[in-house]
Amino acid sequence: MTKQIVFALALLATIGVFAYTISRIARFFMLTRKGFKVDKLGKRLLVTLKVAFGQTKIFRRPVIGLLHALVFWGFCVILFGSIEMVIDGLFGIEKSLSFLGGFYNFMMAAGDIFALLVAISIIVFLIRRIFLHVKRFEGIEMKKISHIDANIALTIILVLMLSLMGMNAAYIKWAQLAGHNIHGIYPVSQHLTSLFDGISVDGVFTHYQVYWWIHILLIFIFANLLPYSKHFHVFMSIPNVFLSRLEPLGKLPNMDNVTREVKLMMNPETAFSAPAEEAPIERFGVKDAEDVVWKSYFDSLACTECGRCTSVCPANITGKKLSPRKVMMDLRARMKEKGPHMLKNGRDYNDGKSLVRDYISEEELWACTTCNACAQECPINIDHPKLIVEMRRYLVMEEGSAPGELKAMFNNIENNGAPWQYSPEDRLLWAKDLETKAL
Amino acid sequence: METRKIEIPVMADLFAKGEKPEYLFWVGCAGAYDDRYKKVAAAFAKILIHLNVSFAVLGKEETCTGDPARRAGNEMLFQMQALQNIELFKAYEIKKVITICPHCYNTFKNEYPDLGADFEVISYIDILNQYIDEGKIKLDTNKFKGTKITYHDPCYLGRANGIYEQPRKLLKKLGGELVEMERNRSFALCCGAGGAQMFKEAEKGNKEVFLERMEDVLKVEPEVIATACPFCMTMMTDGIKYKNQEEKMRNYDIAELIAESLNL
Repeated sequence: MTKQIVFALALLATIGVFAYTISRIARFFMLTRKGFKVDKLGKRLLVTLKVAFGQTKIFRRPVIGLLHALVFWGFCVILFGSIEMVIDGLFGIEKSLSFLGGFYNFMMAAGDIFALLVAISIIVFLIRRIFLHVKRFEGIEMKKISHIDANIALTIILVLMLSLMGMNAAYIKWAQLAGHNIHGIYPVSQHLTSLFDGISVDGVFTHYQVYWWIHILLIFIFANLLPYSKHFHVFMSIPNVFLSRLEPLGKLPNMDNVTREVKLMMNPETAFSAPAEEAPIERFGVKDAEDVVWKSYFDSLACTECGRCTSVCPANITGKKLSPRKVMMDLRARMKEKGPHMLKNGRDYNDGKSLVRDYISEEELWACTTCNACAQECPINIDHPKLIVEMRRYLVMEEGSAPGELKAMFNNIENNGAPWQYSPEDRLLWAKDLETKAL
Repeated sequence: METRKIEIPVMADLFAKGEKPEYLFWVGCAGAYDDRYKKVAAAFAKILIHLNVSFAVLGKEETCTGDPARRAGNEMLFQMQALQNIELFKAYEIKKVITICPHCYNTFKNEYPDLGADFEVISYIDILNQYIDEGKIKLDTNKFKGTKITYHDPCYLGRANGIYEQPRKLLKKLGGELVEMERNRSFALCCGAGGAQMFKEAEKGNKEVFLERMEDVLKVEPEVIATACPFCMTMMTDGIKYKNQEEKMRNYDIAELIAESLNL
């Protein structure tokens, strides 16, 4: 009974802290803008199955991709066992889901095998992070804390897997010694039972319980650490994939408020016939965290800092300041800084800083070629170029600031209908005196 | 060989005569003004005339799609261009538009519909493939026999719109040897000119993007770099010059290669 009470309290604390964290983050979304419609649910489900559960984009780097996919699939499978542990813990039962028979055996066996595969993958990840110099893990946005963050999470996962295997092995040994039926099949852990040779039944049972508690409490702790680390992606990436932009990568979202104004300019009569409704004055583009569409903020929270975006960015490759990963991390950091004040003092709160300039410089923004390599590469379908263009929109339309050559380009389009300074009269010069050889 | 002078039909003239061509050939600003790309516009027009395709160009009435303005953040200017173009297309009852510039293609196809556009957009790559599939284009495969050709994917055909295989299909038909760079298809590296970079100096860095791309090119040692975008063409041509490769390789647009193979 004591075990049940302690467990229930631990679970309650876990859920309580987690709910508090999530509600805090959720309130930040209230500060952001609308403008991303969640429709075509069937198509979204397919994308989720393919990109999230199929891990298709992570496989763009096949070797390390496979290791990540193993970790992901392992998590999905082991989740079943974790749910069982919660039920067991709450109701004081042993192996409560074993009534599922063949399916139970399959899930336990899969979880046991995956525990080993995940552990091996994590060890490779740790070796890679600690001993190998991987370029994509570096960059001006990657502080020491980012690396510590990654290594802590990896270590926790490793201990989770080791405790799971230890728990399974001790369980088998205990059941054997005590003469109980063994529920589930454990293809890996059954070879580890000799670890407990020479220990009494009660002693093995204690081992079993210790591993059990380490495993489940670590899950509880991990779940509450995640939202404060880059490993928040464990929760955020599947929803983020579900919220993928379904349109072609080349498409930029239309600004409907601009359309209203342009139509009015082109046809002033409409101004009299149908007075435009009094829309609240909105800022054009993105200057600060609260100007982003909620989906961009979602992107920033889901970002795992894997750096695949930055490693394929042509600007970054050639030594320019732009790093798509930094753009996402900056948005997240800026909201973390300003969000709480806005919640307290209202959306108009001003701390004299902004996302553009204080976090992301104009130089970074103007270096983007909108080639979409970052968005293509992102394993969880983050849309970086959209946010970059949104910030350019702010610079150009609110401040009238752009590199001089771009201003000249704007003028040319406005006056001559071409980005270069040529007369429209010359548009057909290419077609003059054309000859073809064929008869 | 005898040559024949050709006239490019202009929409306003045809319309005055009561004729309505099936396609609008959208030349784009580069096709109209860039000395190198004018040749691509001409090559593609020759192919259309060779195939007896019913088409016309807008000529003096053509204007910028607004793509570089939009990507540089000038949404107001973009939309003014777009709405103006949409009006003009409506006036000429244009239903099908062929583009040779991937940037024009992308914005027409994906972005204009948000502003009320209602016309079909066809990339010249797709229409060339269609005519080859229909057997209307008969290429002289001896022209490029043994020629090593590599293809540089334009971002706005490839990643932006998923057109990866169609240009390769065309190049294979030429009879040359198609070699792939290490970074190809969705992994391809940008030429460095998209997103309005074409019109400004690059930000400070270690090197220019097109030089990084040229290193990919040099690794496969092609005789021809095939491109399908005016910006890519400018950057690749510059790259050839910077790397002193003029003796060894040339940059052609796919339309030029097809026209050449058709002896036009």
